Amino acid sequence: MNFIDQVIDKRKNWISISGVIIVLTLIMFLIRGLNFGIDFTGGSILHFEIGEEFETQEIREVLQNHGLEDSVIQKAGGEGEESEVVIRTVSLDEDERNEIFNSMQQVWPQMTEDSILRSDNVGGVIGAELRQQAIIALSIAVVAIILYITFRFEFNFAVSAIIALINDVFFVLLLFSIFQFEIETAFVAALLTIMGYSINDTIVIFDRIRENLNLYKNYKKEEVVKMSLKRTLTRSINTSFTTLIVLGSLFIFGGITIRPFVAALLFGVIIGTYSSIFLAPNVWLILQDRLGSKKKFNASSHSEA
Amino acid sequence: MIKWNKFFLLIVILALVVGLLYPTSSYVRDNANLGLDLAGGVYVLLEAEDVDDEVDEDDAVERAMTVIRSRVDELGVSEPVLQREGRNRIRIELAGEDLDRDEAMEVIGRTAQLKFFGPEILDDPDFDADVIREVEEEEQTEVISQEVLDRHEPLLTGDDLADASASYDPQGRPFVGIEFTSEGRDKFAEATTQYVNQPILMVLDNEVISAPNVNEPITGGNASIENVGDISEASNIALMLRTGALPVTLNELETRTVGPTLGAELLDNSVVAASIGLGLVLLFMVAFYRLPGIMSCFALGLYLIILFMVLIGIGATFTLPGIAGLVLSIGMAVDANVIIFERIKEELRDKKTLRTSVDSGFKKALSTILDSNVTTLIGASILFYFGTGPVRGFAVTLTIGILASMFTAIIFSKFILKTLVQTRMVKNTKYFGV
Repeated sequence: MNFIDQVIDKRKNWISISGVIIVLTLIMFLIRGLNFGIDFTGGSILHFEIGEEFETQEIREVLQNHGLEDSVIQKAGGEGEESEVVIRTVSLDEDERNEIFNSMQQVWPQMTEDSILRSDNVGGVIGAELRQQAIIALSIAVVAIILYITFRFEFNFAVSAIIALINDVFFVLLLFSIFQFEIETAFVAALLTIMGYSINDTIVIFDRIRENLNLYKNYKKEEVVKMSLKRTLTRSINTSFTTLIVLGSLFIFGGITIRPFVAALLFGVIIGTYSSIFLAPNVWLILQDRLGSKKKFNASSHSEA
Repeated sequence: MIKWNKFFLLIVILALVVGLLYPTSSYVRDNANLGLDLAGGVYVLLEAEDVDDEVDEDDAVERAMTVIRSRVDELGVSEPVLQREGRNRIRIELAGEDLDRDEAMEVIGRTAQLKFFGPEILDDPDFDADVIREVEEEEQTEVISQEVLDRHEPLLTGDDLADASASYDPQGRPFVGIEFTSEGRDKFAEATTQYVNQPILMVLDNEVISAPNVNEPITGGNASIENVGDISEASNIALMLRTGALPVTLNELETRTVGPTLGAELLDNSVVAASIGLGLVLLFMVAFYRLPGIMSCFALGLYLIILFMVLIGIGATFTLPGIAGLVLSIGMAVDANVIIFERIKEELRDKKTLRTSVDSGFKKALSTILDSNVTTLIGASILFYFGTGPVRGFAVTLTIGILASMFTAIIFSKFILKTLVQTRMVKNTKYFGV
């Protein structure tokens, strides 16, 4: 299969592409940053069903009476009729939220208690805490995964898998920075899912490389990697394809609310498959060339005939 | 020679899986705990205001939780979640379609310290004398500062109450009737004797809600709070008085209320979307892997049964991040089958017999599946241990999903595929997608 040979022979190119992604992401962070939602920054979200078409200006006038004219006002709602409004603003306590609802009710008397679709308030302290906790949990998880892969494979495999992982996370963050999608708690779950998928996908390929290194001890490492990739390619494609089917149908039929969340997963699975084939094995080859391996390969859970 | 006994064994096992699917799905529908984002409801995170002494604080937070629990119980919320987080925080989750969100918010957070003050408080230089007139004549409540309240000893407090209930007076105005404990009755009789023709102030938290003039000594142990707005406000106040005051002021750190329609829509859509997606995946598996593909449908069926039964068994709550974990674990369950079938195909291409191919295919796929799943499992368990809230929900579904998928792929799939081969009905490797 010519395609796989290209992947391995031109490994510097593929690694450069990932380098570019990471640099681009860092640049975008500086220019546009990420659009953190209230989960991380603190603030309030009010989501009302108004029951008829309206202008955002009308909402802004209502908010002006409460000194909140700087709030972000978005129309929402099903097909054709945009009769819902989502207001994002600074942290408000219960009384303030009720006052806004009362003022809205004066303009649109058809609004009732059930018109409050969502009303969230997150204090600033909580947002910062959540961010910190998520980062700590992720860092410990990454270290533990490195240790496990080092134990089962070797250190170079662990480093390569984590580099592929970082590539995937950065790519998704880059998309979120470009499109300024809102980052809320569900996004953390999406990011975790992508990481889980990416590491899983990479390990399957590494497992085959490890196995073939034992079987074909006299072959060049490059050839072993190529052979392993060719043998696992159908599996990589089929697994991504089936996961994409589930995600695709969630994207189409799952409703607007979860679309950014599903979009993150879709991108993540695609990039995760990419990095497992194009990046992780190549990084391993380069590490292997530069540093060499200190460990003999043993496929520990089954013996080869 | 077809081995009919193996064939019947296979049919019975497959029929059993199919037979279990329906009761499981209706059981899941009836018993699944839906999170706020899917069911609608209220989520509040409260933090106790500074208490200097750590032992006192611990005790105060514990007592506050007891008070909130009884308030929530009186609201009639089914399966409320009430948890202490860290040293001085309380997390409350009330899910449900019938919940009156405003009422719940009102009832949970109010300290509800009821105090009776004598007329001396009127002489306080910082006390606005207009308060009495406004409360009594214009029937509105007036806020007075905590400093003023702290300077005066209350005549009675909420501790002296035995019971409180809302009802209407003869003019049809709602009021809260209170009944004192025997100790409270003595104190109230003494106070009303002392202050005949003078006002007594009833203060709930920082609000003067009533300041009636004492006409004659009241010895019967009953009193009433008027000027309480409508009847639902009256019953909320009564409820808070019955369940007692919070021993500490709680500040709202985070609140989320989700309307029932938004959540229900999300849930319906997700279920439809997931079913369509899963159906297409099964179709793909059958088209691509033929007979093993068909077997994998049953394996995935069993996987879903185990996954959902365990999730419900441990009382897990289904939330949006949980669904993400679910999607990933379904992906990994399919992946395990794909890895195995690809291995079997490789063995068949090497011209091995069907029987040895299935055997060695499983054997070789085992280490791959173990390593990839264990790596993800390590990540998931660390997230569970260190994460909170949504991160945790994700980790729980993912962990159980991985375990269920390993079981079905390694044990169940292997068993039914081997049995299928042992029936000796399948000779042609075409049926294995080669």
